[in-house]
Amino acid sequence: MSNATLTPAPKNRSSLRAATLPKWFPWAVAAGSVLLGLGISAAAGLNSSIQWALIAAVLFVAGSYGISARVEGGRQAKDRVATSMVWVAFLLALIPLLSLIWETVKQGVKVLDGYFLTHSMGVVGDSEPGGGIYHAILGTLEQVGLATLFSVPVGVLTAIYLVEYGRGRLAKAVTFFVDVMTGIPSIVAGLFVLSLWVLILDMGPSGVAGSFALCILMIPVVVRSTEEMLKLVPNELREASLALGVPKWRTILKVVLPTSIGGIVTGVMLAVARITGETAPVLLLVWGTDFINANPFQDPQESLPMYIYLQYGAGSDAAYDRAWAAALTLIAFIMILNLAARGIARWKAPKTGR
Amino acid sequence: MDITTDTQKPAPSRTPQPPAAGNKRAGRGVTRPGDRIFVGLSRGSGILVLVIMAAIAAFLTYRAVLAIGEDEANFFTSFEWNPTGSPPEFGIAVLAYGTVVSSVIAMAIAVPISVGIALFITHYAPRKLGGLIGYVIDLLAAVPSIVYGLWGALVLVPHLNGLYGWLDEYLGWTGIFEWNGGAGRSLLTVGILLAIMILPIITNVSREVFRQVPRMHEEAALALGATRWEVIRMSVLPFGRSGVISASMLGLGRALGETMAVAMVLSPTFDITPSLLDPGGGTFAQNIASKFNEATQMGRDALIASGLVLFVITLLVNGGARMIIARRKEYSGANA
Amino acid sequence: MKLQRMNRRALALGALAVSGALALTACGSDDTGGNSNGGDASAAANSNIKCDDAKGQLQASGSSAQKNAIDAWVKQYVAACKNVQINYNPTGSGAGITAFTQGQTAFAGSDSALKPEEIEASKKVCTDGQAIDLPMVGGPIAVGFNVTGVDSLVLDAPTMAKIFDSKITNWNDEAIKKLNPDAKLPDLKIQAFHRSDESGTTDNFTKYLKAAAPDDWKYEGGKSWEAKGGQSAQGSSGLAGQVKQTPGAISYFELSYAKDGIKTVDVKTAAAEPVKATVENATAAIGAAKVVGTGKDLALELDYTPDAAGAYPLVLVTYEIACDKGNKADTLPATKSFLNYMASEDGQGLLADAGYAPMPTEIITKVRETISGLS
Repeated sequence: MSNATLTPAPKNRSSLRAATLPKWFPWAVAAGSVLLGLGISAAAGLNSSIQWALIAAVLFVAGSYGISARVEGGRQAKDRVATSMVWVAFLLALIPLLSLIWETVKQGVKVLDGYFLTHSMGVVGDSEPGGGIYHAILGTLEQVGLATLFSVPVGVLTAIYLVEYGRGRLAKAVTFFVDVMTGIPSIVAGLFVLSLWVLILDMGPSGVAGSFALCILMIPVVVRSTEEMLKLVPNELREASLALGVPKWRTILKVVLPTSIGGIVTGVMLAVARITGETAPVLLLVWGTDFINANPFQDPQESLPMYIYLQYGAGSDAAYDRAWAAALTLIAFIMILNLAARGIARWKAPKTGR
Repeated sequence: MDITTDTQKPAPSRTPQPPAAGNKRAGRGVTRPGDRIFVGLSRGSGILVLVIMAAIAAFLTYRAVLAIGEDEANFFTSFEWNPTGSPPEFGIAVLAYGTVVSSVIAMAIAVPISVGIALFITHYAPRKLGGLIGYVIDLLAAVPSIVYGLWGALVLVPHLNGLYGWLDEYLGWTGIFEWNGGAGRSLLTVGILLAIMILPIITNVSREVFRQVPRMHEEAALALGATRWEVIRMSVLPFGRSGVISASMLGLGRALGETMAVAMVLSPTFDITPSLLDPGGGTFAQNIASKFNEATQMGRDALIASGLVLFVITLLVNGGARMIIARRKEYSGANA
Repeated sequence: MKLQRMNRRALALGALAVSGALALTACGSDDTGGNSNGGDASAAANSNIKCDDAKGQLQASGSSAQKNAIDAWVKQYVAACKNVQINYNPTGSGAGITAFTQGQTAFAGSDSALKPEEIEASKKVCTDGQAIDLPMVGGPIAVGFNVTGVDSLVLDAPTMAKIFDSKITNWNDEAIKKLNPDAKLPDLKIQAFHRSDESGTTDNFTKYLKAAAPDDWKYEGGKSWEAKGGQSAQGSSGLAGQVKQTPGAISYFELSYAKDGIKTVDVKTAAAEPVKATVENATAAIGAAKVVGTGKDLALELDYTPDAAGAYPLVLVTYEIACDKGNKADTLPATKSFLNYMASEDGQGLLADAGYAPMPTEIITKVRETISGLS
């Protein structure tokens, strides 16, 4: 808030210090415009919260500009407008995002209990209450676990190749195609595996088929994040190790990777969080079942995002409740993964870093 | 140039030999089996990625060519989608329109707001609060699209009715904001939902960029008596511009390819209406998800052809973003 | 050194997470349906279901139109035959037939009969045989509407065609008034909803419009919606949901989805009185259907313009599709046993409660014969 004191005085004032509005001024304008916004909405018979929030926001910006321009001068007024625009942007964004979390939690806790978590849908019909998501959780864990198992070695090794060895055409091609791979719509990845796995290799739908499609989505993310992390490892470390006569592969395994392991694990976990929520490829390949199937290599499985989609599609109130509860579980799972990833990132951050 | 590149240099760059093999390298170290295995493994992974990509590209193109060969209508301009009919007729005009319009709406809403939040976090909010908000936004970026879809369909759509009635009343004369009072499952709704979905992504990257503005620039501006807004306008925004652009492109990439959320929120019809509020239109990804189930082989091929178009578009957008990022090496690491 | 020790700890943590996930597989169980819904006491008592030596998982997929019927059957069947799990995936008829001809499922459900090329494709999976249609579930397609103050509404085919073709756009239109002289029709825009996905329901509905109102419905018909304008939603449940939420809405879906207060249109046919969308009226119309399938195939041809009193013209028949010969040996007992139950009197008797129409006796007898000959 020291800007005001630094501002040269406007021409028409004799004092060295420009007139400033008190600190509570923005709050007062904010309160005023919210009240006015509510008042106008009530008067005009508008009942949407979006409307009065918009009115209040416009009033706030206009109000603070007007008052400030009179008292403090144009430059300060512009600053105030910018400040309020930034606040408005923040609050505007906060509303839907908080609503998303609030609704998911509020609707989700309705049927979320021990029974829900430890039972499958079994023979419960779409419009009946009851049933659970045990089969979906199990399926998601297995499919995502397998996908991680396949894509992490490939992704990390590719990144190592790009950062430590890759020169020339091959590396350029790999870099380019990893970029291309990030752009594959998930449903297209699903279509590809479907035609390969089911049509050419003649295999039935199973958890592992879904894992393959998830791999296609996961590998580029792992490559990218690992690449970034490996690039962050200072060259002095590599030089020191190589100078001691340590072979390059041991240098990579013992010096480069351990230094960047925190970042790599974080990247992998974020990639896992991303593919956990993928619906489209799973819908095509894993196929869905209402019963528990613990074997990802045979017969259809369920997964959480697919469960949400199918329950939403079923359209009854009981099914909506189940969809919300599954959504809450899914979000909780992904949040925990994210928090853990960030924890690891902080815990294992390269201490020798810049 | 650093040591890693130095050791690589002598190896002939065109031959696919591992760097350890070159004769010129003899003086620098002994070729060890461990090295050879490791290089082989990592190169193999790189090649595997290439193989997968080549397979996908070949498969998509093959299927798409088959479908377009059968298509009796113009694939790019037709307003029909009836690949199972005789003769099969389908075109992507409606999908291209819907995809572009919804993404443009999403960008128009999300970019300014995201930049605002990023500035809020880095320059306006108290340090601790900023950190906390940054964290929350980070987490929101990870919320799966299916949850956004569920929320959009069951919470957002009913809440937009008031706003749409309002737009219709005051702006209905433009034709763009005409509304006939049905459920608001329109392209504008999709645009708003997509904006909410890509907001965390754009905010995250922009925040990182704004954070890297050299402290000296800002302090110099402050010392000259600039207001906070002037500091931002003169030193922060110019520095962060390309970062914000590439962040927006990443967001655009996600908006273009979003499948489930759009499929759950939109009421798709295969025509183009001038009004953004009336239900109608469709997007590439949504169309694939909605039509896939009942599609025959021909129908699937047609959907794959539209998927290929989407793929090329997202590729261009992502490529553009990466090029902008690549031009700025300031925030990459030692080896860049 | 410190780094390495921490790595080991991280590894240990990872191992713990993995073993935790594995341990999770040990607990948890399938919901057997006895938990929260009443009216299920009959499930255990049903000894008419012959399980024979059926066991294992039975995969099936297809039409979502019959999903509610299958749900009801599966519940009864699984309660009697504990060794069988039946997983019916309502992916849609097209995907169902595709999955069947690729050998992924034991049977498929479809709301339209097999096309010649689909039968050709099925010969790959049916050793020495081919896929056949077994009509199993009939259903009236209800036209649901949401107009406050109007409880019953009579429409004829031309008016419906105009409504769904956006030619009639307001509920107080003269054409509607003429058919409903007593109703208080408000000045409200009509929101006509159709299926956004391809669907056998759309196919049957547009076939009806084309047959009964050829002057007002110029489209060819087929699984995808061809008329312009209107709104759309995914699946019958999606349409029913939109009708419930949207004032002025009208749409078509199987009667089993018309619940929670959705009102349905009475259809004016050539008969004197308008016909209500009920299970009995639908069965009456299906009774007029002819079997057009050849050999063991029992595909039906429906009559969309019945003039008998009390015959509801808007009907749909879903078929179960299996191989006549060469079904997969490991799932054959379960498939036969379950299909038998569906075609049995008990099975067909369940349908009316779920909002579907049982098959007329003449047809279902043929179906039973055919099932017993499956191999």
